[in-house]
Amino acid sequence: MSLTNERIQQRLTEKFGDVVTGYEEPYGMLTFTAQRESNLKVMQFLFDDEELRFQFLTDITAVHYPERKNEELAVIYHLHNFVDNVRIRMKVFAPVAAPKVYTATSLFLSANWMERETYDFFGIDFVGHPNLKRILNVDEMTYFPMRKEFPLEDSMRIDKDDEMFGRGGNI
Amino acid sequence: MLDQKQHVNLPQGSIEKTTTTLNLGPTHPATHGVFQNILEIDGERIVSAESTVGYIHRAFEKIAERRPYYQITPLTDRLNYCSSPINNMGWHLTVEKLLGIEVPKRVDYLRVIIMELARIADHLICNAVMGVDTGALTGFVYLMTYRELIYEIYEEICGSRLTTNIGRVGGFERNFTPVAWEKIHRFLEEYPKALKEFETLLTRNRIFIERTQGVGGIDAKRAMSYGFTGPNLRAAGVDYDVRVATPYCSYQDFDFTVPVGTTGDCYDRYLVRNAEMWESISIIRQAVEKLKDLPDDVYHAKVPEFYLPPKQDVYTKMEALIYHFKIVMGETDIVPGEVYSSVEGANGELGFYLISDGGRSPYRLHFRRPCFIYYQAYAELVQGAMISDAIICMSSLNLIAGELDA
Repeated sequence: MSLTNERIQQRLTEKFGDVVTGYEEPYGMLTFTAQRESNLKVMQFLFDDEELRFQFLTDITAVHYPERKNEELAVIYHLHNFVDNVRIRMKVFAPVAAPKVYTATSLFLSANWMERETYDFFGIDFVGHPNLKRILNVDEMTYFPMRKEFPLEDSMRIDKDDEMFGRGGNI
Repeated sequence: MLDQKQHVNLPQGSIEKTTTTLNLGPTHPATHGVFQNILEIDGERIVSAESTVGYIHRAFEKIAERRPYYQITPLTDRLNYCSSPINNMGWHLTVEKLLGIEVPKRVDYLRVIIMELARIADHLICNAVMGVDTGALTGFVYLMTYRELIYEIYEEICGSRLTTNIGRVGGFERNFTPVAWEKIHRFLEEYPKALKEFETLLTRNRIFIERTQGVGGIDAKRAMSYGFTGPNLRAAGVDYDVRVATPYCSYQDFDFTVPVGTTGDCYDRYLVRNAEMWESISIIRQAVEKLKDLPDDVYHAKVPEFYLPPKQDVYTKMEALIYHFKIVMGETDIVPGEVYSSVEGANGELGFYLISDGGRSPYRLHFRRPCFIYYQAYAELVQGAMISDAIICMSSLNLIAGELDA
């Protein structure tokens, strides 16, 4: 009830200073970026602190931004405080060359599969994960399909001679 | 006599092994879907379990990156296909939140009716199937009649039954027909009686209680750590419901309770789902009451840039034709932004994390599927239980393969 976004931001700034940056509030949800080395520290603080109590992990996912140099991959955590009913979003950026991020499995049991899924599709290497292997795709897969270098076929393409599927040759 | 020197290629350690490995699934008649669990069993007791998922993974998140917004609705159908209208509405609400569209009250209430019908259809299947898995087929037959009726209501409103693709960004594609209303009233009239009968069959049934009580239990703290939401979390005693915590679709106008359990076992999950069905019936009744005070010809918001116009207007009116063309060809500007929106799906919090870069399709769309997240607790829930308990535990969690794999 009483926990506001300003208060969370204030607590985080007091505790972490420059480690947590980029505060925003898109559509009312406090969003911030944590340094890659400190993602676990920040989450632990958010979990343990008696005022903040972000003890429910709603979601982990990733986004690929190919044009951002050295921070191509963003890992996105959605955390929820059930008592005050506040949600926040934490982002951690990692270079695509060595996307190592500390695992949250020690804090949340649910992080296990969410991180496996994120690894499966984006190749984020969650350091310390107990069982980091593919989950939805086949084990033999050698690439990470949700990255932007694997585009889907453009539905507007016209160069394909594919009469069987209703796209006749000479359009 | 077997010759000692015979070369049989047995796996390392398989002779000393005291447990048996059993493959439960992927296509086992008792698992209601594509689930594979590799169980290590000692006699009939499960020592450990390992779940394999991904058998029906269809890459919806990737496909969504190439689709215009209105074409993503059919993808959401196939998440939890037992209650696809909730998924559809969740998606429309996400886009409406991104675009800042305010929908009229009547649309909210119509959506509430559809979503609660879908919740009933989903819970009904789950509880009826629990009965089947404990050997009571009768209750299943009683309730299936009404799932059929719910599907007929969908059919009257959107034309399809299972994968509904119901509604649009901004509202519904058409108003509810008189036949739809007649069927909704019939449902409200008849279903409580059938549900009452169903409860009489199972709730105090000695066999059912013995089979489900104390099976697959989980405490509140662990359930939260495992990311449980929805009826499964509430059965463990946490009264978290998205409809109450962050009301959408004017759920704040309705008067309903959030049933909770205590032990989080199969029996509590059954009770919570049953109680929720009663609440849903009451919500639909309230919505029908509230609709009487509202003009009955409003069924969508006035957002011509995003709401596809009726086809006859497209052929006869210039403006409608232009909007139709712009929407279909993806020339409408979508605001860039990132938004997380969630609805209370039948299984828990169904979240949509959407990043728009202003283009025709989302830059990134992620579904928070409740099933996928809580299924990882299954191995722990069945540890030390019998194989038959593992089956009940699975059906009481209401795992839907489509939601698991996205």
